[in-house]
Amino acid sequence: MKVLVAVKRVIDYNVRVRVRADGSGVETANVKFSMNPFDEIAVEEAVRLKEAGATAEIIVVSIGPAQAQETLRSALAMGADRAILIQTEDAVEPLAVAKLLTAVARREGVELAIIGKQAIDDDANQTGQMLAALLDWPQGTFASKLVLEDGRAVVTREIDGGLETVSLALPAVITTDLRLNAPRYASLPNIMKAKKKPLDILTPADFGVDVSPRLVTLKVEAPRQRKAGVKVADAAQLFDKLKHEAKVI
Amino acid sequence: MAVLVLAEHDNAGLAAATLSTVTAAVQLASGPVHILVAGRAASVAAAAAARLGGVEKVLLADNAAYEYGFAEPLTALIVGLAEGYEAILAPANTFGKNVLPRVAALLDVAQISDIVAIVSSDTFIRPIYAGNALATVQSKDRRKVITVRTTAFAPATESGEAVTEPVSAAVPVARSRFVGRDVARSERPDLTTARVVVSGGRGLGSKENFQLMEQLADTLGAAIGASRAAVDAGYAPNDAQVGQTGKIVAPELYIAVGISGAIQHLAGMKESKVIVAINKDEEAPIFQIADYSLVGDLFVELPKLCKLLSSSGAVEG
Ligand SMILES: Cc1cc2nc3c(=O)[nH]c(=O)nc-3n(C[C@H](O)[C@H](O)[C@H](O)COP(=O)(O)OP(=O)(O)OC[C@H]3O[C@@H](n4cnc5c(N)ncnc54)[C@H](O)[C@@H]3O)c2cc1C
Ligand SMILES: Nc1ncnc2c1ncn2[C@@H]1O[C@H](COP(=O)(O)O)[C@@H](O)[C@H]1O
Repeated sequence: MKVLVAVKRVIDYNVRVRVRADGSGVETANVKFSMNPFDEIAVEEAVRLKEAGATAEIIVVSIGPAQAQETLRSALAMGADRAILIQTEDAVEPLAVAKLLTAVARREGVELAIIGKQAIDDDANQTGQMLAALLDWPQGTFASKLVLEDGRAVVTREIDGGLETVSLALPAVITTDLRLNAPRYASLPNIMKAKKKPLDILTPADFGVDVSPRLVTLKVEAPRQRKAGVKVADAAQLFDKLKHEAKVI
Repeated sequence: MAVLVLAEHDNAGLAAATLSTVTAAVQLASGPVHILVAGRAASVAAAAAARLGGVEKVLLADNAAYEYGFAEPLTALIVGLAEGYEAILAPANTFGKNVLPRVAALLDVAQISDIVAIVSSDTFIRPIYAGNALATVQSKDRRKVITVRTTAFAPATESGEAVTEPVSAAVPVARSRFVGRDVARSERPDLTTARVVVSGGRGLGSKENFQLMEQLADTLGAAIGASRAAVDAGYAPNDAQVGQTGKIVAPELYIAVGISGAIQHLAGMKESKVIVAINKDEEAPIFQIADYSLVGDLFVELPKLCKLLSSSGAVEG
């Protein structure tokens, strides 16, 4: 069984993101980029399935600029087998990403797609569900556990009220939540090996997908900043302030 | 512009998130607002929807296929109804986020996720980068598919008398099977709508120590939240996680205990009215946004605070 994993290159989660003064977006110059953390979890899950003998090949796909090759190499170093970069300098919206992933999934005859639940830059939380729709596959979103058995994917999902378990006929789309696993660090030998693994570079046009945006960003602003308040000496003073100053208790 | 709201409900009643979504829908609509209540024996929830102010019609889809809110049959139902609406809204919670992108893809529309404000019929404000930036986006799609950040819109009130109309759609072959739910029943208020939220972090140190948060919550009638680190370590359940990738809360009072204040956590709580932080590290970033900062050992301060609160008989949540 072939597994498709989507990995996005995003500003590293530790970076303090700043809005550009001209309101055109956020500052990306001299900023560290990394693999979207939910996609690291997706790669890790695919590698574990492979190690357990449940899958044959892991194909990682990224849509983005030339530098996304580094993101794909990281995924290869974690244990993915081969990579596809669909190269474009333009920001690609989740709908277009889902269309491209659909084309790859069909071309490759993939039976399972593991997608991050959310990219931490656009915070859209859409792509996996859109991919499932376009492929007409069932979806197991926000997964904290995945078990493949009898041709089905049994998925435990993190929902607002707690946990839900569903059983999906394969092929299916899974989106990862934080508790699915703890991604490994790639070892030095594996990083070296990853350099020799195949990485194909294509373009959206190769798939005949129109990636022009549907949403126009008119401006990007910094949110209202909260100011630090006052220090209280101890629990007694805190209680007093909450009661008589803030009047919230 | 006619607007359709996908209701979240448990057949017996509407989720609070639905009420906020209706407010956003009424604000957006220049024509009628309809609510879709899809469920199994959901007539009580439909009746509640019919009482909401600004709602003209309730569409009730009663079918066992909708019982667990699965995305696949709901999507087929909504796509079938979409022709009559210029916008389709759902709450930006695990229910709405699961279903609506699927709808958007089949309608070939870019979803606008997690809006916090409506600027005009095609322009919206939404947070990106964990709330480090607010983007104003204009949709070029003829039909808008939108999820709504519920803390940004007040709940709709019961002031209407809408008509209810049955609707149905072909149910696709079920390829998802419900296995079970592990949903903790709690006497506490709902985290996303509670007046007071007390959240614990890694500083609590263990699941046993996390009991201290229960005591604090008891004295305040509060809901209990947690940081990701506390959830990952098993101190608190997954549904307590507050933050960029957890729940968004905006209570009157938020008390963060043993939480450092990572940007991903702040994303979920910085719109709270009054923020209190208790942390032994005076450099902890949480203090940069707290209204009241208590630098100290939580194991010393928390029991004292609980004692003061319980002896004063603090307001119930
Ligand atoms: C993709 C991604 C998504 C994420 N999503 C979220 C999210 O939604 N929500 C979220 O919360 N986090 C999220 N995180 C994690 C986030 O980056 C932080 O790691 C996390 O919030 C830290 O939790 P914490 O503050 O409890 O732990 P820590 O950062 O370890 O802080 C513990 C604090 O407790 C204090 N402390 C220790 N002992 C005591 C004591 N005895 N008395 C008083 N204070 C004490 C310490 O001084 C410290 O400040 C996410 C991370 C990633 C990468
Ligand atoms: N440009 C991209 N390249 C590869 N994968 C992507 C891209 N955009 C989104 N994804 C995948 O879709 C997930 C959810 O992204 P989003 O819907 O944008 O929040 C990510 O975690 C990735 O797995």
